[in-house]
Amino acid sequence: MNRNVLIAIAGLIAVVLALSIWSSRQDTEVASSDKYKVGFIYIGPPGDHGWNYQHDVGRKAVEEAYGDKVETVFQENVPESADAERVMSQMALAGTDMIFATSFGYMDPVINVAKKFPGVKFEHATGYKTADNVSTYSARFYEGRSVVGHVAGKMTRTNIVGYVASFPIPEVVRGINSAYLAAKKANPYVKFKIIWIFTWYDPAKEADAAKTLISQGADVVLQHVDSSAIMSVAEEKGVYAFGQASDMSAFGPNAHLTAIINGWAPYYVEKVKQGMEGTWKGNQQVFDGIGAGMVIIGDLNDNIPDSVKKEAMAIKDGIASGTLHPFTGPINKQDGSPWLKNGETADVGTLLGMNFYVEGIEGDIPK
Amino acid sequence: MIQLIPRENVSPVLSLLGPLFSIGFTMLIGGILFYFLGVDPFAAIKMIFWDPLMSETFSTYSIPQIFIKGAPLILIALGLSVGFKANIWNIGAEGQYIMGAIFGASFALSLYPLESAFIFPLMVFIGIAGGCLWSLIPAILKIRFNVNEILVSLMLVYVAEQILALASLGFLRNPDGAGFPGSRNLSQYPSASNSELILGTGIHLGVVLSLFMIVFFYILFFRHSLGFKIKLLGSSPKAYSFSGQNPNKLIFICLTLSGGLAGLAGIMEVAGPAGQINIDFNVGYGFTAIIVAFLGRLNPIGILFAGLVMALTYVGGELTQFMLNLPAAAIQLFQGMLLFFLLSFDLFVYYKIRLRGN
Repeated sequence: MNRNVLIAIAGLIAVVLALSIWSSRQDTEVASSDKYKVGFIYIGPPGDHGWNYQHDVGRKAVEEAYGDKVETVFQENVPESADAERVMSQMALAGTDMIFATSFGYMDPVINVAKKFPGVKFEHATGYKTADNVSTYSARFYEGRSVVGHVAGKMTRTNIVGYVASFPIPEVVRGINSAYLAAKKANPYVKFKIIWIFTWYDPAKEADAAKTLISQGADVVLQHVDSSAIMSVAEEKGVYAFGQASDMSAFGPNAHLTAIINGWAPYYVEKVKQGMEGTWKGNQQVFDGIGAGMVIIGDLNDNIPDSVKKEAMAIKDGIASGTLHPFTGPINKQDGSPWLKNGETADVGTLLGMNFYVEGIEGDIPK
Repeated sequence: MIQLIPRENVSPVLSLLGPLFSIGFTMLIGGILFYFLGVDPFAAIKMIFWDPLMSETFSTYSIPQIFIKGAPLILIALGLSVGFKANIWNIGAEGQYIMGAIFGASFALSLYPLESAFIFPLMVFIGIAGGCLWSLIPAILKIRFNVNEILVSLMLVYVAEQILALASLGFLRNPDGAGFPGSRNLSQYPSASNSELILGTGIHLGVVLSLFMIVFFYILFFRHSLGFKIKLLGSSPKAYSFSGQNPNKLIFICLTLSGGLAGLAGIMEVAGPAGQINIDFNVGYGFTAIIVAFLGRLNPIGILFAGLVMALTYVGGELTQFMLNLPAAAIQLFQGMLLFFLLSFDLFVYYKIRLRGN
């Protein structure tokens, strides 16, 4: 072995030693004080200006509401797999009192981790499994879709509305149906073109889908995916789009007609309060909409004629007060079989498991 | 002008030091990066490499987790190392991993809710076969038509991902799942569940098999003629052909072996920690294993350590995220640096650098 190698080894050992001595002096503070510790796990980056961004807005609202009394932590880009289980377990070990798991696929991991840590409270978004220390919450986004669908039906000149959809799950199918019913009511000639891209967040795929829809004649594009890419494409191509999950007008000042905004903040603030006061309960399933402020309709663009604005607001107010239900019969399923009788409204069970299109929508739900 | 001259005698000490140097350098540069992100670099590096192993709060949970996270990486990397030694580049282990999981899970779920002791072993076998089949495609194309196996195996990852989506939304979708994508949870099907072997740790059969395979591959590489043939094909394909051997046979063996191990990792994961076939089932083990294989110097013992170090950066990296607010991308960058520095050091290990005036 030559001398250079020896020097290199000695140098490396010295560096490693120095590092470990340095680092062992700093003790990681884990068991932290009397602060109420709240953890959040996100499926993507909070910088997506969509789904995760709004959850993070909720997290910040919790910090603002309780200041020094709470400490919030979050983890981004957590895959819906065994990794989610590990992340939540580590959070629980780190002394977290309440964990908000903000994506559907965390459902089984939440149930597993909740079993191991009965003292930790879990809030799972959009799932359907609960336990003594697990409650779920979801928003009636389809109410927002109804308002947006009306605006889309009125604003389209080509009578073709594009729809970029993520996964064929009840949540997304419900949104398509709700938007279509409202659009059809506003404009009997309207047709929906739907592209499924099988991802929640992929700006390049989202933009490609929007471009395809526009090239097929769509002049209004709805989306049920998370990024702002579609808004940017719409602005560039001179068509209309709607903000998803948060206000995206910054990405398309002319294209952005309005937005369906996810209002998690009041819910998070309330649940953390219950946790701190000891009144929090498991086995709850919250499904709130415009009325409770969990779904918010953004500002309406000045491009929208006043009459349409008024109609949209009337739909919003009607849904909020409970006088109007987006799924009110008569409605047939796509195959023509009757679903809702005249005046009948959809029950929650059918809505939560919705796996069919309503009459008039073309194409099939991918299987 | 700078000239690179291959070293005639590569120092074995230097070649072992490469991985250590790259870890050291990654710590150093990573630390600087963390500093500029406003995080105490010493605290962050300690949390990645030290806390999962030594902290009282986390270690009892984290240490078995490192083995669980490392098991698929080690299994896949072992298989890849065979091919890489022979200059056969299977880049599509991710796809073979997915197909192994789909094949095995489809078999088990087709028998649900039948309970039998035969289901688990057959499921594992079919999972391995699924991975093999997927890697047979590049193998046959390479042997028959001399098609580049790098491209074919890589492209097949995307095909496998589409089949995964199809399975989760269609033929494997849980009929009791309220219309949501994803199969039944195999952990709730006792005959097919890859359950934990040591209560409370999550250690499953895949972890045990990964350690067993290290021994197997060690013997294969250093005590068996196949190991020699692989090395020979890798270092001199012409000499290999002149010696009367058929390189096609070895291409076939290398690709199916790596595919089979990826398939094994897939079925172990889907029946164990992951639990179900879902659209996001694959999280990149097949690609990360490439780093592990090289970090481990394509040596079974090296791969064991490399797999565990890589798993440590995942587990520790997660801690830094929610304890210190480091962004996820910084941790990925940190892992990427490992391979980058390793390759850089290799340059100095395998080449002499001569400055020449011109």
